[in-house]
Amino acid sequence: MQTIPESTQIDPMAPVPCKVTAQWDVTEDTFGLRLAAPAGYSFQPGQFNMLYQFGVGEVAISISGDPAYPESLVHTIRGVGAVTKSLRNLRAGDVVGMRGPFGNSWPVEQAVGHDVVLVAGGIGLAPLRPALLHVLNNRNDYGRVVLLYGTRTPRDILFQQELQEWRGRFDMDVLVAVDAAGRDWHGSVGVVTKLIGRAPFDPHNAVAMVCGPEIMMRFTGRELVTRGIQPSMVYLSMERNMKCAVGFCGHCQFGSAFVCKNGPVFTYDDIGDLLDIREV
Amino acid sequence: MSETPIDLRSHPFVIDLSESAQERLSECAVGTVHWEPGTKIFREGGVSENCYLIMCGIVAVEAHSPGRDAKVLQTLGQGDVLGWSWLFPPYRWTFDAHVRAETEAVQLDGVKLREYMDTDRELGYEVLFQFSRLVVRRLNATRLQLLDLYADHS
Repeated sequence: MQTIPESTQIDPMAPVPCKVTAQWDVTEDTFGLRLAAPAGYSFQPGQFNMLYQFGVGEVAISISGDPAYPESLVHTIRGVGAVTKSLRNLRAGDVVGMRGPFGNSWPVEQAVGHDVVLVAGGIGLAPLRPALLHVLNNRNDYGRVVLLYGTRTPRDILFQQELQEWRGRFDMDVLVAVDAAGRDWHGSVGVVTKLIGRAPFDPHNAVAMVCGPEIMMRFTGRELVTRGIQPSMVYLSMERNMKCAVGFCGHCQFGSAFVCKNGPVFTYDDIGDLLDIREV
Repeated sequence: MSETPIDLRSHPFVIDLSESAQERLSECAVGTVHWEPGTKIFREGGVSENCYLIMCGIVAVEAHSPGRDAKVLQTLGQGDVLGWSWLFPPYRWTFDAHVRAETEAVQLDGVKLREYMDTDRELGYEVLFQFSRLVVRRLNATRLQLLDLYADHS
């Protein structure tokens, strides 16, 4: 389990007003929201914030920005519920409440000297983006870098421009698969787990970081272990209904852990068995 | 068809087979084929006599319906096997195969391999076992696809 950084806020339950500096569409149902971070704010890849839309509610959102520039606090949000749909209506100059950052982080320090395999499904690419940016900012510290990304259709691909840039780099591999596509799509069609077998990395010296729907992570974890990565080197970011974000309320309990406090990042070694238990 | 010597052993489908089964498969290798994007490798309903071990590239397995665009069911790439309809009667392709990116594959003579498998039951078991694993993996992948994992289920 990862070390849990202290929140940079004094009272973790009190939202801090943050000014929206930009809002933009990413896909049909997903948008980006950039906030001016409070003074002294910093975060680690994999952490999340609680965003409070006054009068509507609060929601846990992973940070998707570059940890090297924490003052420009980027979130990539899928507008599916009352709060996230309301957040979509924010414009530059509006104010939103924020608590955070919370949770532990992706093992970017432990991964130094190893191949890094990032497996993202759907909106799961957003929480992985800070880890990838950190790795690319410190490229010489790592072995091979592979991003495997699965999503629903070509229209649902996040960060399209960045993906093209990453794909164009000579020091990383990017494989993308969509579940459904017409003939105008010239890439792979199929589930993201299919990409694992053909991804170029050394399973005996690799760290994998996985984020996506829980079923996708269950199958991806199995596939990575089948490929030869140690279960203790496979990290999954779990999602649960997080409310307090500090381990008081118990809404996000997952087995004996609270996702908000002990996670959201867990090793497959720690939670692989729990993923098979339907009641958890 | 290329004249270069064919080395099947690097292909994931072949790598787990016994030495003798690998040799039999090599005897069934007709040659290496190169396809340009847009090539139709086979069409639904056509006679199925070959199997292809994909070395690189992208091939789409498609279903067509009149008056509508073809639906891409899945794509196959490096390390995948294209085609198993030659294994079972009536030996007709079930879907279309359409090249999406420049592809290289080793073509196996399915009729010859089937004859070998009929006469040498040990070989037959080994090859069928390998195909069964492949079919199960594809079936599981298809089931995951059907779950529509990334849709908004709220």
